[in-house]
Amino acid sequence: MKRVYLDRIAATPLHPEAFAAMLPFLKESFGNPQSLHRDGQAVLEATEEARERVAALIGASAAEIVFTASGSEANNLALKGLALASRVKGTHIVVSAVEHLSVLNAVKGLEKLGFSSTVVPVDGEGFVDPAAVEKALTPKTTIVSVMLANSEVGTIEPVAEIAALCKGRNVLVHTDAVAAAGSVPLDVGALGVDALSLAGDQFFGPKGAAALFLKKGTRVLPLIDGGVQEGGRRGGTENVAGIVGFGRAAEIARAELAGRAAQAAALRDRLIDGVLGTYDHVVLTGPRARRLPHQASFCIRFVEGEALLLSLDMKGIAVSSGSACSSKSLKASHVLLAMGLDHELAQGSLVFSLLADTTTEDIDYVIASLGPVIDRLRKMSPTYTAFLKERLP
Amino acid sequence: MIYSEKVMDHFANPRNVGTLPDADGVGQVGNPVCGDMMSFYIKVKDGRLADIKFQTFGCGAAIAVSSMVSEMAIGKTLAEANAITNEKVAEELGGLPKNKMHCSNLGADALHKAIEDYERKSAPGAAAGIAAPAASEHDEHDEDCICPYCDGPVEGLEDVCACNHCEIELVECPSCGNYTNKAGETCVSCGAKTSA
Repeated sequence: MKRVYLDRIAATPLHPEAFAAMLPFLKESFGNPQSLHRDGQAVLEATEEARERVAALIGASAAEIVFTASGSEANNLALKGLALASRVKGTHIVVSAVEHLSVLNAVKGLEKLGFSSTVVPVDGEGFVDPAAVEKALTPKTTIVSVMLANSEVGTIEPVAEIAALCKGRNVLVHTDAVAAAGSVPLDVGALGVDALSLAGDQFFGPKGAAALFLKKGTRVLPLIDGGVQEGGRRGGTENVAGIVGFGRAAEIARAELAGRAAQAAALRDRLIDGVLGTYDHVVLTGPRARRLPHQASFCIRFVEGEALLLSLDMKGIAVSSGSACSSKSLKASHVLLAMGLDHELAQGSLVFSLLADTTTEDIDYVIASLGPVIDRLRKMSPTYTAFLKERLP
Repeated sequence: MIYSEKVMDHFANPRNVGTLPDADGVGQVGNPVCGDMMSFYIKVKDGRLADIKFQTFGCGAAIAVSSMVSEMAIGKTLAEANAITNEKVAEELGGLPKNKMHCSNLGADALHKAIEDYERKSAPGAAAGIAAPAASEHDEHDEDCICPYCDGPVEGLEDVCACNHCEIELVECPSCGNYTNKAGETCVSCGAKTSA
């Protein structure tokens, strides 16, 4: 059966050129980049080239890139590493309510160590109000962390405005750009941030290779103590093949980004218009404008997201959902609840995220396939039956 | 796959979906706020379940469980149907993931409630409504008490408490310490047995 994979936020296929770039480092080029002999130095050259490529994607310099094993690790290093390194200055952290759990739970961990936090709410489209962030700042605030874009609802946050308001307030600004990097143009200078997380597996690089940008001069306490790897900011022998693949994927993303984004945005709008125009009792989650180009998300009333996901999977379509039942913890998406959606509507969450090679035919197939899926589940839904009964004259 | 072939079969082709306008008994459990909601309709003839229909709002497991319960119960005596346990449903389905075991609780509960409804209606002089669960005095719980169904705050006494939102009575699971449905036999979080 034809497969239409629209779950980019979970994983992307490895770009063939990134794969090819990785191969020598899984075979003959096995040296440790910290070794002084030729076997090590040849490998070091490759990891440093990758560092430059990742830096170039976000307008940073190579020395400002710390490689990590995941976006979650980059977020943890940013929150915990920066908070602990600036502990003498203050112990207050400001984050938004829609951050990834690797940010929110890192803050919870810091609270156990005596830190305090303010969680800034979002509006119905998932936007953080920069003025609310400014208002949350106290003389003890050391870190502000607001994500660049939310993968679940597509909202692109006003990070540059937030960073501008924080300027001169002696706070470090971090942004989790995992969902955005490789899809929207990023420049750390223009954003005005001190730290930024990104992960290669979101833009056709391998899993297990991600990075934290740390502006020159920013002090961080390592999460992993060890040797001199990553400038003493993260110990442990480098994941060389992963880093090289990540670098190649970053280089390709930088070159193709503008074209990819325009193409994805057109298909995204086709999907949004198609779904909203064809089906009743469906709402778009997140905004129409200032939205990730490859992301479209909905809540479908009277049905549950995991049942939708499984039904679409049987039709060859891979998507994700923020419903409680589709999560292992059986908790509804904190993002949807923070946006003020009621629990019942949040249960009908569906998230589509497009790949670089998603076609118009794929989108049309998805729109058409959704009809019978929604119909079937609504026909067996007691809430839909109750709704129809109420509507009768 | 997270689900067995049998679960997927019942999810894709659920048996006995629908409603019975002239049902002899109706049972409803859950609440869409909490994730799952099931309505069971039964027709009783000569002490046996002559027909069963159900409607479910919920995940794949919830739909499959409803379908399985209806199939297991149809044609059975009321006593036999009341003896259908959550474990038997899960077993018939070839097992369920641990965090979905509460769905099997709901399925059997909904059927048993429908039978209860039938018995109440057919009992001589039956007219009284269902007694609402008595409200008890509430002690404040600390903020860590979260309803596993809707994520809402939990209130109540030390050992038994209820979710404000979905009004489910909750107890701490002896195995993992998370809150779980008092009426259920297995923990919603870890799947361990909670009742003796």
